[in-house]
Amino acid sequence: MRFDYPPERRYRPTHEWLTADEPRRVGVTDFAQDELGDVVFVELPDPGDPLTAGDAFGVVESIKAVSDLYAPVDGEVATINESLFDRPELVNDDPYGEGWMIEVRVDAAGELLSADEYREQVE
Amino acid sequence: MSDDDRGYTFDQARWADDDGYVSLLSEAAPGRAEPGDALPDDLTRDELALPDPAEPTVVRHYTRLSALNYGVDAGPYPLGSCTMKYNPAFLEDVAALPEAAVHPDRPDESVQGVLEIQHRLQRALARIGGMDAVTLQPPAGAAGEFTGIEVTKAYHRANGEGETRSEVLVPSSAHGTNFATAAMAGYEVVELPPGDDGRVDIDALAAAVGPETAALMLTNPNTVGLFERDVVEAAELVHDAGGLLYYDGANLNALLGRARPGDMGFDVMHYNVHKTFATPHGGGGPGAGPVGVVSDLAEFLPTPHVRETDDGYERYGPERSVGKVHGFTGNWLVLLKAYAYVARLGDEGLRDTSATAVLNANYLAEQIGLDVPYGPFHHEFAATAGDRDAADLARAMLDHGVHPPTTKWPEFVHEAMLTEPTEAESRRDLDALAAAFDAAAAADDETVANAPERTAARRIDQVGAAREPRLSWQALGDENAGTGD
Repeated sequence: MRFDYPPERRYRPTHEWLTADEPRRVGVTDFAQDELGDVVFVELPDPGDPLTAGDAFGVVESIKAVSDLYAPVDGEVATINESLFDRPELVNDDPYGEGWMIEVRVDAAGELLSADEYREQVE
Repeated sequence: MSDDDRGYTFDQARWADDDGYVSLLSEAAPGRAEPGDALPDDLTRDELALPDPAEPTVVRHYTRLSALNYGVDAGPYPLGSCTMKYNPAFLEDVAALPEAAVHPDRPDESVQGVLEIQHRLQRALARIGGMDAVTLQPPAGAAGEFTGIEVTKAYHRANGEGETRSEVLVPSSAHGTNFATAAMAGYEVVELPPGDDGRVDIDALAAAVGPETAALMLTNPNTVGLFERDVVEAAELVHDAGGLLYYDGANLNALLGRARPGDMGFDVMHYNVHKTFATPHGGGGPGAGPVGVVSDLAEFLPTPHVRETDDGYERYGPERSVGKVHGFTGNWLVLLKAYAYVARLGDEGLRDTSATAVLNANYLAEQIGLDVPYGPFHHEFAATAGDRDAADLARAMLDHGVHPPTTKWPEFVHEAMLTEPTEAESRRDLDALAAAFDAAAAADDETVANAPERTAARRIDQVGAAREPRLSWQALGDENAGTGD
């Protein structure tokens, strides 16, 4: 087992996680940050922007690749993690903690995977 | 600069000032003002510490810098998908002819020679691509793509389908510019996954194509040098649905004189004259990316366009032109080089070019020890670095005196090393490249992790450069760079 997937969170096949409890946060998985390599830039929406499950809400850029971030829920952006603008490396160092990306107000969750289902998909 | 750097300079003013000699320049051109006299005192400043080194110091500085650089004039440069081929020196002579230096605003009747060459190039490119009309105006390959897709859009609009045809299909292995082009032109991009054989998956294409399809953008041979065998079937699928077929000319050098996009069913294409016809890569400077179209699309080409009349040649605006994508008829001196290349090589020479490009790629793929999935190839191949990091192996190749290939792309080849030797390399150079591949692959992990050790610049801190970019000379030596100052 190379990577860690907190069991209480839910996952998108495109490697985003969503916390179960408030504040409902969204970020990318340990697997995703490892695949990306060193993250150098994160583009996030503005608070108040609407979210549609499965639509891109931001961009994460590493020295290897530029990838869209996909919303796990229908809803709205509550706040964003502005510290990623100065310290994008937080995504690599602490993907489930300080590397979170947005906090969301959830209208409806999209179809999400459990930690085990996600692990099965990526490993 | 310290006083130690000061030496003899060949500055006119100093001769006159220091020794009272009349400068040679002044003698030759009586009445010419010294530079200092031209500006009033209140507009000149003495406090600027402008460097004033001796001429030999400057010449040695730049000569040393040029020797630190590596280019295709120094050795093989096998960047896959980029086609870094050698530019023959005679092209520079042609572009430097005084007759070529004409102002584009001169009336048509006074620049008939220039217009004739442009018209000949239009015809030559049309013949090479199997197209009916060609515009020379776009100033780069990506600009050509954008122009071609704008022409596509204008065509659908003219047919009353501008709104409904909202999607452009792009294989995931395509150059990034294809996705960007379609998005810039306002289309929704639909990405097609590759089939198991590295080619377009015809079933996936059939599933994706429909009444929303504006175009399919395709490169053939594709990014791992494989000919898209199902291209005719793909064309039928797209045409039956009312869409158009766009050909990305990035790999046209593999087909020169042997197969033509027009004959495969393509409706629009761009030519990368720097990849196919050996003009310099633009690098942000002047380039050219002509666009060819079938007759149904000719009326939408950019304005002005060159045509032949009973009296000679003239520039005119096609009837339903998409407008301008660049000034006049494009970057003329680059186009002149492309024409000179085509004219010098002729049909036979162009056929030799594609044959040699393909032979060189396959020879090199056979010589190297790394695994090379797929094949046989056209002009390029993607080796895999296996469980090594492709970028690290590439750095290790630098220590063996060659430029490494493109790395980690396309993504469907694991740790790809995308290699295109081009037709310019001799067997000796190909063997040197193969030896560099093998030496890098055989190196131990520590050597690879520390490479390169023999280059002017050692391992570059890519992460640091991206996270804390220092974008001006003022940031040099400034420890606070990157904080927004």
